[in-house]
Amino acid sequence: MSHVIPPVSAQAMLMQGNEACAQAALDVGMRFFAGYPITPSTEIAEALAERLPKVGGTFIQMEDEIASIGAILGASLAGRKSMTATSGPGFSLMQELIGLGCLCEIPCVIVNVQRGGPSTGLPTAPAQGDIMQARWGTHGDHPIVVLSPSSVTEMYELTVAAFNIAEALRNPVILLPDEIIAHMREKIQIPETIKIVDRLKPDQPPEKYKPYAIKEGELVPRLANFGEGYRFNVTSLIHDETGFPSGSPQVTETLLKRLMQKVESSRKEITFVESRDLEDARVVLFSCGSTVRSMKEAAREARQKGLKVGWIKTGTVWPFPDEVFQNLPPNVKTVLVCEMNLGMLVHEVRRSAPDRIRVESVAIANGCFITPQEIVSGIETVYEGGR
Amino acid sequence: MAVADIQKYLRSNRLPHIWCPGCGNGIVLGGVLRGVDKLQLDPNKVVVVSGIGCSSRSAGYVDFNTLHTAHGRAIPFATGVKLARPDLTVIVITGDGDLAAIGGNHFIHAARRNMDLTVVVFNNSTYGMTSGQYSPLTPAGAIAATAPYGNLERAFDMGRLAEAAGATYVARSTTFHALQIPDLIVAAIQNKGFSLVEVIAGCPVYYGRMNKMSAPADMLKWQKENAVSVQQAGNMTPEQLKGKHIIGELFRRQAPEYTEEYGKLIQRFTQEKSRVS
Repeated sequence: MSHVIPPVSAQAMLMQGNEACAQAALDVGMRFFAGYPITPSTEIAEALAERLPKVGGTFIQMEDEIASIGAILGASLAGRKSMTATSGPGFSLMQELIGLGCLCEIPCVIVNVQRGGPSTGLPTAPAQGDIMQARWGTHGDHPIVVLSPSSVTEMYELTVAAFNIAEALRNPVILLPDEIIAHMREKIQIPETIKIVDRLKPDQPPEKYKPYAIKEGELVPRLANFGEGYRFNVTSLIHDETGFPSGSPQVTETLLKRLMQKVESSRKEITFVESRDLEDARVVLFSCGSTVRSMKEAAREARQKGLKVGWIKTGTVWPFPDEVFQNLPPNVKTVLVCEMNLGMLVHEVRRSAPDRIRVESVAIANGCFITPQEIVSGIETVYEGGR
Repeated sequence: MAVADIQKYLRSNRLPHIWCPGCGNGIVLGGVLRGVDKLQLDPNKVVVVSGIGCSSRSAGYVDFNTLHTAHGRAIPFATGVKLARPDLTVIVITGDGDLAAIGGNHFIHAARRNMDLTVVVFNNSTYGMTSGQYSPLTPAGAIAATAPYGNLERAFDMGRLAEAAGATYVARSTTFHALQIPDLIVAAIQNKGFSLVEVIAGCPVYYGRMNKMSAPADMLKWQKENAVSVQQAGNMTPEQLKGKHIIGELFRRQAPEYTEEYGKLIQRFTQEKSRVS
């Protein structure tokens, strides 16, 4: 079920990344936010504390991040589009219930503004060190979608996309900006219209209803909202299509595989990748988040120096866009992965790129953004060394 | 008090339950359902939220909107449900480990907000699901799987904790005093705010066996002998009350309820908007 609406705010304006996230969430119909103060995400909570009651929505500041994600999962089951926002330490606390959201198929959006870690780390400094935690932070096999914006405009667009994907797949979606994108102010053009996807409702009467039964040709169950006459059970235990616990190996395997398949089969719709100058590039740069900005500048400077350099940026971190690397043209000798951590995305590129391609990285985790110069110097190091 | 009173609230195809012979959980759940029946609530408008543990398996057995969450986290989920749909009756079913240990912080904060939830804690003095470790409600000196030489810790008084934190209705009973439970549940649900009903229940298989009360009847006798009504307690010295459980309605007060207060906030903006237009 989807429809198109003109957001109330369609215009060009100067906006902070976190403000753009809050604006997009309101435009897409988010009406429940629970959160706990943490730098550098707090502006999202502050904006929503002010604005949600004005549109009939609900804001609550919970006692910690575990309670925050618990509350949004509860509110989502009661029918509200729900969201929380946090940063590293809070994101770590949320992991158990992210898994619950995946297993119980409860749509929600979790914003994790990445700051320097581990532990309390560098609370006001940027980092991209939560790439792997966003994928594998909760225990057990589970599907997840993780989006990473590289501008304030993308913060808006990917927040909208995050809600639409969460609703369509009935799965938590993680928006993973870094501190730079969250705190940066720049011009943003709010689109004239945005597409809004709403979760599907049951098309069976309550007496015939099985909450986790899947219709032929579909992969996503049609859960009713609590309080609408369908009295069903949701459990964090492995469950069958009736929603009740099961220890059956067959039920377990069918359920886990369907959950993974749900995201895998949507790769095309949920992969946001852009590239430039690949057709003649010897070296291809790859990054996400704020690093994209330095990467583009580095590619421009390298071209001015006569080096054949292209770039790929991804807005979708997970599922990882393997196909982009599998299909690189034969002229590409090296992929240089630029990331604000000690090497995370680089392993995914090594896994997905053909053996003929050398994969190296500019991996810096010191609380500072990666400069174009650092990337240019990385390009110069690898340029001649291609196999 | 016939079984037929509550049969309609049970998902009979989910029975038999997982509880051990002699377990007190069924008595507590029966009391909760009789309370719901007295109020003639529409089952479509009742949400039962539970955590993890023996008592939390109740959610699967009752024919309401039911949500079996993660260990300790029933109250945050219930808070989300209640805030999203203030018109629904939200009952939290939890155990002593689930509520008083891992969920303790959520408990005091929901009480502080006076969130309109009815929390029923099945207090069997132990972690039954994991086979008998001590909980924050295990009496001092009692033997547990992780307190083989006797529990060195003192137990929480959940009623006084709830009262101090801001709850507006607090009651306690035992499975021996089963006839009392439905009325306490009725009062708890009717209270517009955070209500706690603690019911002391027997776990003969673990707590009882380790503490010389391995027969279910021994546990009921222990509850009977150590329970003191609110009225009796008024005439007893602190020394006489040591080790006793005061049962009945323990506390009640008036305070603003969170969802109502938030509703008023929304109302304020709706009115402002209509004045402008």
